[in-house]
Amino acid sequence: MTNSDYKIIVGLEIHVQMATRTKMFCGCELVFAAEPNSRVCPVCLGLPGALPVMNRQAVEFAILTATALNCKVAEFTKWDRKSYYYPDLPKNYQISQYDLPIGSNGYIEIPVGDGVTKKIRICRVHLEEDAGKNIHTAGSFSQVDLNRAGTPLLEIVTEPDINSAEEVRLLAMELQRIVRFLGVSEADMQKGHMRFEPNVNLHIKKDGSKHETPIAEIKNLNSFKALEKSVGFEVRSQLDNFIERGEVMQSGNKKTFGWDDVKEVTVLQRGKEEAHDYRYFPDPDLVPVVVDEKWLGEIKGGLCELPLKMQGRFVSQYGLSDYDASVLTTDRATSEYFDSAVKAGGDAKRVCNLITQTGLKTANEKGCGVAQLGIEPKRLAELAKMTDASQISATAAVTIFVKMMESKEQPGEIAEKLNLLQKSDAGELEKIVDEVITANPQAVEDAKSGDKKSKKAHGFLMGQIMQKTKGTANPQVVAKILGTKLKA
Amino acid sequence: MGQKKIDIKQVRQVAKLSRLDLSEAEISQFTGQLGAILEYVEKLNQLDTSKVEPLAHCLPINNCLRKDEVKQSLGTEKTLANAPDKDEQFFIVPKILEEPGGF
Ligand SMILES: [Zn+2]
Repeated sequence: MTNSDYKIIVGLEIHVQMATRTKMFCGCELVFAAEPNSRVCPVCLGLPGALPVMNRQAVEFAILTATALNCKVAEFTKWDRKSYYYPDLPKNYQISQYDLPIGSNGYIEIPVGDGVTKKIRICRVHLEEDAGKNIHTAGSFSQVDLNRAGTPLLEIVTEPDINSAEEVRLLAMELQRIVRFLGVSEADMQKGHMRFEPNVNLHIKKDGSKHETPIAEIKNLNSFKALEKSVGFEVRSQLDNFIERGEVMQSGNKKTFGWDDVKEVTVLQRGKEEAHDYRYFPDPDLVPVVVDEKWLGEIKGGLCELPLKMQGRFVSQYGLSDYDASVLTTDRATSEYFDSAVKAGGDAKRVCNLITQTGLKTANEKGCGVAQLGIEPKRLAELAKMTDASQISATAAVTIFVKMMESKEQPGEIAEKLNLLQKSDAGELEKIVDEVITANPQAVEDAKSGDKKSKKAHGFLMGQIMQKTKGTANPQVVAKILGTKLKA
Repeated sequence: MGQKKIDIKQVRQVAKLSRLDLSEAEISQFTGQLGAILEYVEKLNQLDTSKVEPLAHCLPINNCLRKDEVKQSLGTEKTLANAPDKDEQFFIVPKILEEPGGF
């Protein structure tokens, strides 16, 4: 079957951990890798009589995200209990939002390459609490750690508007960028701050009629790679099942799968076909949330220019490539740092190169962001200006960049101290050019010959001159002088 | 009324979801009791509620919010104090063979 015979249909459910200091309904601190069961209290332990109280920050983060995802923010929302029994859920229910989510009917724009974007509709955005962690030991028992129980999670559900495994990954990455820009989540994949559940099936055209394959839900994916690969695997597997066995959707035959990261296959989770009965009902322990215009206005004050928009602006306003613009807008601090340096007078392409080629590498080694390297945007702009004016070479710019991290000095002062200012004084350079010409008669002859050897000889002479000036000569000025001399 | 509010099959399903191991006698007994409760509550349906706003909470208040401030947790030792089974740092439960998939 060719590609045009079927269409991939994917809807995605994403859980994002909110970057609050404490849990959703109690004051237990959220600490990654803390001693097991040390951050637990009567509320998140579900002890009788303990009452949950909403974390204002979590609610505001949720509303801010819903707004950034172009959702309608509910004026009135409430909390519901989702009942199920599992050792990591001490209350035997999860506090969630059922029929009145905080946000609904939004969309997210994702970059699909070359500055082209695609809109994916968002069905709903709601807040809920996370469960604890089960640790499956080798013995005949399991261990339970409730430190994570009660962590605020934002659940985001898209419409089935995604049409390839790559698009699923792009959406996940764009969402990561957005929540990081907003500061509502660290969105650290290694710490499980983002978890994905794609729903995958195919719409197939065959012999003039349309068929739909059974929907597969893949649970608990926590990396972009697993997300993309698992969707790709399901697509191939569903296509095979259709071709070989004519397998199509029947009412309610949604299947639940896990993902085997090692074998890179989806694994059917048996016994999941039976629909859960979560018996949702309003939680009597929690009062509703009413979001009036004043509060909504205050929360919206936390909005910022979103990454995709900024990326587009860097292309249209500053003339950067879409790739460079996307690298600079990976996180908010870097993008704003770049923007400030350009606004301080640095050439956009030059500042971009300094940041992406030298800055990011150095920042990576230091384990911080480029904006935290200690070089103010104004000094970076100054460094870019000097490079553009050929006062220093591109190599010297790197040296100066590194020095600037440790001192408050201006790039000009550092260049002078380290003798990195390029000599552009024609008189002084002419003397050196003459010396090199006298010392290398053979190369001069070759360079003048105009045949194959000429280019190589020319390069050799340039090299000799640069070496004599210890790289401080302005190569453009040297080339001009040498050219004139060789023509004579 | 006539029609039973809940049948044996539903009671079995609820018991299964609640991880309750009920005897045949109990299932039969609870089917009758639960049915009677549901029938009693059903009386509410006789009221005309067409002009009544849905009520999310019985108290006329909303937005009970707290600041995102850290409060002292119990600590591992106290947290585990009442656990039926535990080790140094964890609650111990019968072996879990399969993840529910989480959420
Ligand atoms: Zn707690």
